[in-house]
Amino acid sequence: MAGPDMDMVEIVINGKNISVKAGRPLLETCLSNGIYIPNLCHVEGMTSPPASCRLCFIEVEGIPAPVPSCVTTVEPGMVVSTDTAAVRKLQRTALKLLLSVHDIDCRNCPVNRKCPLQQIARFLKIGLKSAPFETRLKKDLLDDRHPFFNYYPNRCVLCGRCVYLCHRKNGYPKISFAGRGFGAFIRIDLPLPDDAVSCHECRECATSCPVAALRLK
Amino acid sequence: MNRISEAAPAVRLAAVQEKAREAISQHATLPKIEIGIATCGIAAGALETRSAFEQALSEFNIKAYIHPVGCIGHCYAEPLVKIHHPDSGFPPIFYHEVHPGKARMLVKQFLGGGDPCFEHIYGAAQTNDLIPSVSEFARFNREVRVVMENCGRINPEDLFEYIAAGGYKGLVSAMEMPPEEVIRKINESGLRGRGGAGFPAGIKWRMARDAPGTGKIVICNADEGDPGAYMDRTILESNPHQVLEGMAICAHAIGAQKGYIYVRAEYPLAVRIITRAISQAKESGLLGNTILGSALTFDIEVFQGSGAFVCGEETALIQSMEGYRGMPRCRPPYPVEKGFDDRPTVINNVKTLASAPAILMKGPEWYRSVGTEGSPGTAIFSVVGDVVHSGLVEIPMGITLRELIFDICGGIPKKKKFKAVQIGGPSGGCLPERFLDTPIDFDSLKQAGAMMGSGGMVVMDEDACIVDVARFFIDFTQNESCGKCTFCRIGTRHMLDILKRITEGKGKEEDLMLLQRLGEDIRDGSLCGLGKTAPNPVLTSLRYFKEEYDAHILEGRCPGLWCRHLIAYYIDLDKCARGCDVCVGCCPTDAVFTTSTRKKGIDQERCVKCGECMTACPPDYNAVKKVSPAHLAPVIPRPAGSPGEH
Repeated sequence: MAGPDMDMVEIVINGKNISVKAGRPLLETCLSNGIYIPNLCHVEGMTSPPASCRLCFIEVEGIPAPVPSCVTTVEPGMVVSTDTAAVRKLQRTALKLLLSVHDIDCRNCPVNRKCPLQQIARFLKIGLKSAPFETRLKKDLLDDRHPFFNYYPNRCVLCGRCVYLCHRKNGYPKISFAGRGFGAFIRIDLPLPDDAVSCHECRECATSCPVAALRLK
Repeated sequence: MNRISEAAPAVRLAAVQEKAREAISQHATLPKIEIGIATCGIAAGALETRSAFEQALSEFNIKAYIHPVGCIGHCYAEPLVKIHHPDSGFPPIFYHEVHPGKARMLVKQFLGGGDPCFEHIYGAAQTNDLIPSVSEFARFNREVRVVMENCGRINPEDLFEYIAAGGYKGLVSAMEMPPEEVIRKINESGLRGRGGAGFPAGIKWRMARDAPGTGKIVICNADEGDPGAYMDRTILESNPHQVLEGMAICAHAIGAQKGYIYVRAEYPLAVRIITRAISQAKESGLLGNTILGSALTFDIEVFQGSGAFVCGEETALIQSMEGYRGMPRCRPPYPVEKGFDDRPTVINNVKTLASAPAILMKGPEWYRSVGTEGSPGTAIFSVVGDVVHSGLVEIPMGITLRELIFDICGGIPKKKKFKAVQIGGPSGGCLPERFLDTPIDFDSLKQAGAMMGSGGMVVMDEDACIVDVARFFIDFTQNESCGKCTFCRIGTRHMLDILKRITEGKGKEEDLMLLQRLGEDIRDGSLCGLGKTAPNPVLTSLRYFKEEYDAHILEGRCPGLWCRHLIAYYIDLDKCARGCDVCVGCCPTDAVFTTSTRKKGIDQERCVKCGECMTACPPDYNAVKKVSPAHLAPVIPRPAGSPGEH
């Protein structure tokens, strides 16, 4: 939502006065001001963020409950806290839920040490364990039906970055969400129109996947 | 607009009314047989009943008019038939559970012989000296019908019958006012959205009217999906024109030219009837271009949803209509600013829209006189479960749960005790007996921890297991979750796993705290209404029925004797009759054996707890008993060498 007509306004984040662009999502605002907020599904410049990972909560004075910062935009005079107890409680539960369906095998994972889940866990001071929730992995370990990349359902956090970026680059998504509830997954073998852009040249999805759930073959 | 054209809609409607009178008067002299043929009636056999009437009429050479109508809401009595035989001197009479045999008999004896078959009468439709009238029954006289007034009285496939019953007058009154006035009236009436959340309809319409943008849209949300709820379906099947009229009023108020009815494809009869109603309304100039000769243009299309529960959430509904996967998105922007096709869109529930014509016709003061201060008007519930007179009930807001369940719906059958009532489906809550005096309105129910929802109400007797009910609803939401956000997708799955564990007797003490905390986080952290309300059945039952959870976990006991892993069947030898073999034959696993005294025993190792023996045991003996925890079942040794011994 960046535009030339945006005014700079004063807001308070974690007790500090900061001059920021009005109308910009608070998540982007905080990140670019060096204030880290855990997040997975957001892509810089999104016009309507999916707000699906439920990690980027913040508290804004005047709003009774934590709100996702990706869909909350800067308004003059806002008083924002990114580290309240309520925020941390939700973030920790969300991360633990994600870890409970994630195949935690960091040593053998291609994105070990670069993984946002590791980063967020360290930030939230919790171990890479799902307790008190039991681990629930899907039966299918690998979907290799796509000619150029593989999909690992038990690594996927369903952030949807791949679907969004594919859509943005190609004008339509060549992969999509499928299934319901716990069984939801990214479907990579969609029937495509004849003029489908060749995935061979694009690879946006695989390179954008933060948790190595989509890997080039 | 000048005065002459302002009068035009009323004049045009009068012309249609004249046609309607003519069409209806054709059957006026014949005896009339009214059969409720909505989905519920059909399921109970109404179509067979109708053919039986037709057959009998031709066999006995009797002339009568078979009048197919929608559903009157009395599901317990289906197939319900009303016969009006003026020459017999009797008033119109209701007959319940009219199956083909009864139909034939009624034709022969009542229409042919003038004997109304007193022993089969349910009640007279009018007060009279001969037959007790149904209006003496609470199930009839305590209801106040605003939305369902004509349901079950008119043929839903005939526009003229709706017109003759006063239909489309509300639209004409609306068209005679400027749109702002219509919105003001809806606002004054205090009409709140009947989809569940209770957002004031007038404010929604006002926001849509004020929203910048062209091509505004009205969507009727008929994506009803709560287990056990079928109010919207019945209204669409029984009186579709009232919904169309409400939509046209809304269109006039907000300045829309296009409307959609989002109805699930699993409602084929509703789809057929509403589609037909739209084309009839267009033919008579009540929809389409220049409605009733005015400048109002409004067209309605039916959009069939694929039956995803989450698509009843308004943003997911829009996504689904736009051809995307039905996943909710963050609000704001609200649909009234940026809805379908990015245009300002009003999305109202069937019942909200169907309330509008009456408000316009009778005025907001009248509407406010029904119901309570904060929740004016009526509520429609589908009262199902362990209740005598189940079905659809339209009641004024503010009467208590006790009045609804016990006075109007006849209470719990088989002299059993009331345990809980689940209101608002998977988003609602389970309320115990001490909440029976809670008035039914948006705010009181919310305070009690349940919610109005769209009108599903499941009554449970002492045999229900609250933990299993909570498990059922979480199972439902987990299956229906779109999978978009973390809390709903994964959180409800963990809740389901824990609840399953508890119903299997493998629960741990710390599970309850985990359920509570996780439930609260799902409520606070989820993206859409479905996720935010998904833990409600668990959170309310934890609050009001904690002892049931404790019994499962600490004692391995299911108080409702329901959870299969925690119960055992045994045979009470004092009651079992020598030589009776009924239970032996019906046991699928040969678990029932004959004891040395020629009575019966159950081999617990073989028993799969299907309960067939209990059903089969003659009521005079009533010897098969259920017990929980399972180890309390007395052990009856299987005689050596008996058949099936292992």
